[in-house]
Amino acid sequence: MIIAEGKPIQEVLAMIAPYDKIIVAGCKGCVTVCSAGGEKEVGILSSALRLARQVQGRSLEIKEVTLERQCDVEYLEAMREYADSFQAIVSLACGAGIQFVAEKFRKHPVLPGVNTQFIGVAEEQGVWTERCQSCGNCVLDRTGGICPVARCSKSLFNGPCGGSKGGKCEIDSQVECGWQLIYDRMKELGQLDKLEEPMPIKDWSTSRDGGPRKRVREDLKI
Amino acid sequence: MKSGSRLEKLLTGGHFVVTGELGPPKGADVAVVEKKANLLKENVDSINVTDNQTAIVRMSSIAVSALLIRMGLEPNMQMVCRDRNRIAMQSDIFGAYALGIRNILCLSGDHQKFGNHPTAKNVFDLDSIQLIQAVKKMRDEHKVLGGDEIEGAPQMFIGAAANPFADPFEYRVIRLAKKAAAGVDFIQTQCIYDMEKFERFMKMARDRGLHEKVHILAGVTPLKSVGMARYMKEKVAGMEVPDEIIDRMRKAGKEKAREEGLNICVEQIQRLRQVEGVHGIHLMAIEWEDAVHGIVERAGLLPRPEAN
Amino acid sequence: MEDFEPIVIAFCCHYCAYTAADLAGTMRLQYPSNVRIIRLPCTGKVDVRHLLEAFEKGADGVYVAGCMEGDCHFLKGNFRAKKRVALAKRVLEDAGIGGARLEMYNMSAAMGPRFAEVAREMTEKIRQLGPSPIKRAKGMAHSAERKENDRAPQGAKV
Repeated sequence: MIIAEGKPIQEVLAMIAPYDKIIVAGCKGCVTVCSAGGEKEVGILSSALRLARQVQGRSLEIKEVTLERQCDVEYLEAMREYADSFQAIVSLACGAGIQFVAEKFRKHPVLPGVNTQFIGVAEEQGVWTERCQSCGNCVLDRTGGICPVARCSKSLFNGPCGGSKGGKCEIDSQVECGWQLIYDRMKELGQLDKLEEPMPIKDWSTSRDGGPRKRVREDLKI
Repeated sequence: MKSGSRLEKLLTGGHFVVTGELGPPKGADVAVVEKKANLLKENVDSINVTDNQTAIVRMSSIAVSALLIRMGLEPNMQMVCRDRNRIAMQSDIFGAYALGIRNILCLSGDHQKFGNHPTAKNVFDLDSIQLIQAVKKMRDEHKVLGGDEIEGAPQMFIGAAANPFADPFEYRVIRLAKKAAAGVDFIQTQCIYDMEKFERFMKMARDRGLHEKVHILAGVTPLKSVGMARYMKEKVAGMEVPDEIIDRMRKAGKEKAREEGLNICVEQIQRLRQVEGVHGIHLMAIEWEDAVHGIVERAGLLPRPEAN
Repeated sequence: MEDFEPIVIAFCCHYCAYTAADLAGTMRLQYPSNVRIIRLPCTGKVDVRHLLEAFEKGADGVYVAGCMEGDCHFLKGNFRAKKRVALAKRVLEDAGIGGARLEMYNMSAAMGPRFAEVAREMTEKIRQLGPSPIKRAKGMAHSAERKENDRAPQGAKV
């Protein structure tokens, strides 16, 4: 799922400074699962904003709402009725959702209440780590199911570099060396010989480097 | 002969070579370069020029290499994958060759987190092995990676680094083999203190016949103090320093630390000369360039041979 | 503010803290009527939103009282509460209310005196901190309602 983290309250306060009637919109998708922008977080942020405003001696009216998803137009329509009567929308969805709201609700500013971080997994309750960089050209079949782009700090395709020590990356002793993981897994699978061939040079044009991406399924278009 | 460089000629001629290292200044001050180069000349066969090492912005490797050529010295230009994409790298290789540079080292590069610009984007369009492939393609096929023909192919002598002490240990020789397969001509290792482990690494390399495919130069760095020894053991990624070395440095006490460090260094060089497959040493006297002459002389490596 | 009587909300777990409060009453121990008790099956039921809402509704101080660590009737509820209290303290700090106005306490059902002590301690602490900043900003003077609390002994002073 997409992992995000709530922005510091002070930052959100600064963004909403010109407004006193806002919507705080959560999302029941990824950000609920990673506890960054679901109904609970909408409630916590809204309380915090109201309290902070009261301390400043100003008022703040907040409509708290949590949409099914913010990346599908049909679900955004749930806000259509009342959205324009507010002055701004603070969205706690991932960056994609926030932008979609901004596209579909054009009258007022749409502000990000979270920082969208990465595509990842829940290693345990409360701990999420990155797994995928959406490079558009998956090579997981060649690296034992471990991604060299996302899990190696240098995205090496023929790693590890000389800084790998004790299975950890040179940048942080808490970060696992992606290539140690790949090596161990390939050894487990009995496929170490595959690593002796140099991996070919990456075509980054399918990644962000090639420009904003689009995918179409003609058979689904109405 | 691929590049005709002094380094290549000496290695091909079977000489035990000595390469040195020069860290460029953190600015445009040419005098620093000249000073360091003067301490190295005639003590080494060619000089590594680092490329924004530890991600600290310094005078570019290509510029410093060109300055060394002007001084009549031979550079080994280092190029890291961290800061440049394939377009810039190939372009710089054309330029480097045009400026007279003949030896190039293809490295991954320390992560920018370590340097003075930790908020920078990193590139890593290619990794070090792919860069080796690129340079070889330019040299031998006269083509750039995209396939276009080159107008004046750079005939480079291709080098890379190897770290026998990084993990996983068993994989290090495989990675060396990959670099050999990619087209590397010579390898310099990370500085060695654990002789026994290095000898094990070399045995594994010889078992694969790698000592005949690439020239391996063993890295050596003189220790200045017990603090430096401990720092390298604990804080530097991919470095191993045996306790007995730390003990020797500690026992030497403050006054005799440097002397002991030099003793250890010379002993290491003498031991390394006996290891089959080691064709030279890479002497990295970091911020101690004036020690190079003494070390090389005591190790019996002076005068440096003529390259024919 | 001479006549400031803090409003303190205490979220108490049924098995320990609330029972301790009962015991304090039967033992005729004095504790301030500033403290309004909310009974929960377990402090693990406390949601950060409840804690913040208490301040929005005018509380000057809030505390969560659960079983002794390791003795939670529901095993880990009080550990969850502890972490949520820590989070809520940070939110209150960022919002300008002040994290010191929220605390977590642990006690067993037998600790009537401790319940009273905590109630006194917290009330006094909040009294020193003054009214919640949201009231100060409105320039409101506030005095707590002096309702008869059947847990406070007859004629008890606060």
